Amino acid sequence: MALLDIKDLSIRFGGLIAVSDFSTSFEGGELNGLIGPNGAGKTTVFNMVSGFYQPTGGAIVFDGTRVGKLKPHKVTALGISRTFQNIRLWHELTVLDNIRVSQYSRLGYNLWDCFLRTKNYLGREADIDRAAFAILEALDLDRFAAEYPKNLPYGLQRKVEIARALSTRPKLLLLDEPAAGLNSSDVDGLIKLIRFIHKEFKLTIWMIEHQMTVVMSLCEWIKVIDFGRTIAEGAPEAIQQNPEVIKAYLGDGTI
Amino acid sequence: MQRLTVPLLLLATLAGLVLAAKLGWIDLYVQTTLMFLCINIIMATSLNLINGYMGEFSCGHAGFMAVGAYVSSLLSVALFTSSATFGEPLLPPSLALLGLPLCLLAGGVAAALAGLLVAFPSFRTRGDYLAIITLAANYIIISLVENLDVIGGARGFMGMKKVLNNMEEVAGLPWMVIWTFVGTVFCVWILQRYIRSSMGKGVMAVCQDEIAAEIMSVNTNQVKLTAFLLSSGLAGVAGGLFAHVVGYVNPQAFNILKSTEAMVMVYLGGMGSLTGSILSAGLMTVLLEVLRPLQIIKWVAIPLLLIILMQFRPEGIMGNRELGDLFPKLKKYYRFK
Repeated sequence: MALLDIKDLSIRFGGLIAVSDFSTSFEGGELNGLIGPNGAGKTTVFNMVSGFYQPTGGAIVFDGTRVGKLKPHKVTALGISRTFQNIRLWHELTVLDNIRVSQYSRLGYNLWDCFLRTKNYLGREADIDRAAFAILEALDLDRFAAEYPKNLPYGLQRKVEIARALSTRPKLLLLDEPAAGLNSSDVDGLIKLIRFIHKEFKLTIWMIEHQMTVVMSLCEWIKVIDFGRTIAEGAPEAIQQNPEVIKAYLGDGTI
Repeated sequence: MQRLTVPLLLLATLAGLVLAAKLGWIDLYVQTTLMFLCINIIMATSLNLINGYMGEFSCGHAGFMAVGAYVSSLLSVALFTSSATFGEPLLPPSLALLGLPLCLLAGGVAAALAGLLVAFPSFRTRGDYLAIITLAANYIIISLVENLDVIGGARGFMGMKKVLNNMEEVAGLPWMVIWTFVGTVFCVWILQRYIRSSMGKGVMAVCQDEIAAEIMSVNTNQVKLTAFLLSSGLAGVAGGLFAHVVGYVNPQAFNILKSTEAMVMVYLGGMGSLTGSILSAGLMTVLLEVLRPLQIIKWVAIPLLLIILMQFRPEGIMGNRELGDLFPKLKKYYRFK
């Protein structure tokens, strides 16, 4: 059974059809890309998969469960996590607390446990701490555990956001333009990081990206959309040569 | 031993207060002021959960206080004394000793349920719109009480002093001083346990970026429900204590002015700081009493002070730090867990 199966996904906002008849499928373990010019509907697809938008047509089945009408936190609990195009960390919480709160679906205690500091509560909080530190150490972020994200440089904030996404224990990780706003040396680090988490956490990764170096060196299979329609898909080398894709990005030469 | 520092200190304070009240070192005026101080602490800290930690703007906190005040008063009067409204006591009056805290808790639970009035709309609205809803909730509760003639309507409701007299006949201690103190410690204790847990950190995540919180698996509706129920429930406890300290409740005592008072204390002390709220509640209460000789000018002096403070320190006395952040050495003893 496929990990993620998207069939004929469509969404319209009023008269605007943002995404139409989008289909794709993940067996598990892939590292695929979704590219397209600005406003093509890439983030909208991610927003539907993560439960933030409800699609007006089609179906998203993740791990045997229909995602379409679930609330986002339920979708995340199922195993889909994501990062955001513009970093959306909780800047007034420490890095460690960011990672802790993201384990909300696995808290495993209720309000009474919390008031009475029961054994269950203390045990679970210790587990949460351990899990948080494990992720921070794996990503070499444990030095910054007590820092506030707003005080960290941009590249590290990206990394923290990825760490936060990992702390929800996803099976599928959606990266929305992870290289946006990074300089070239940061981009090299990011490519290594994504490769590392793909292998180490045994994830399926699906990423939106504009920087071709990142897409070409990481992705196994790429889908290209424009104005909500899929215009091409294939291996990176094939996509680079595809006339449809070149036209979408650069225009067709007629003025 | 260090773990016990704070509980021991609190116990010593309570024993000292009881002793001082019993031996007449502090008169009724001072006692009442101290009890108001405690009630203000509960109001400020519980409101801080919403206005400070969750970043919403609740301006109807006194409404929930009213619910707690009325429910606990009605219960204690009906159960433990004979009154014109309820007739003979349902239970032997001497049981009030044990019954009063239960009545206060019941008032808290009722107020928490009233909190649903705000919690459900909060799922869909935020910010200014929710502020209007909280304001409306305050008015709804007050008009409801004013129009219920069975419980005195606009004239108010009394009889709680009799319950207290019964209690003092059984054992001659300043019972309200004890229960107010215990109630305050209970409320602050619950709040700080909640806020320090990963569950409570979810409240701050919702405050800072609700969408990110929801997508990072935080059940935002559950967080809001918990925060509003907790906050209004504790306000209810404060209301119950207030009603029994004064011995008389009337709906206009819980109008928007009372809510504003709680809000002032939250912003004065610093949003997102429990110790700040405690400090400012203390400061406000004492200041209001100390400046009493100024009479009407008091109401110019205190707001003026507020304006000056907000000009030069808009984040409040403590910002969003706790006492332990300012004096790290205290943290060793700060085992108020």
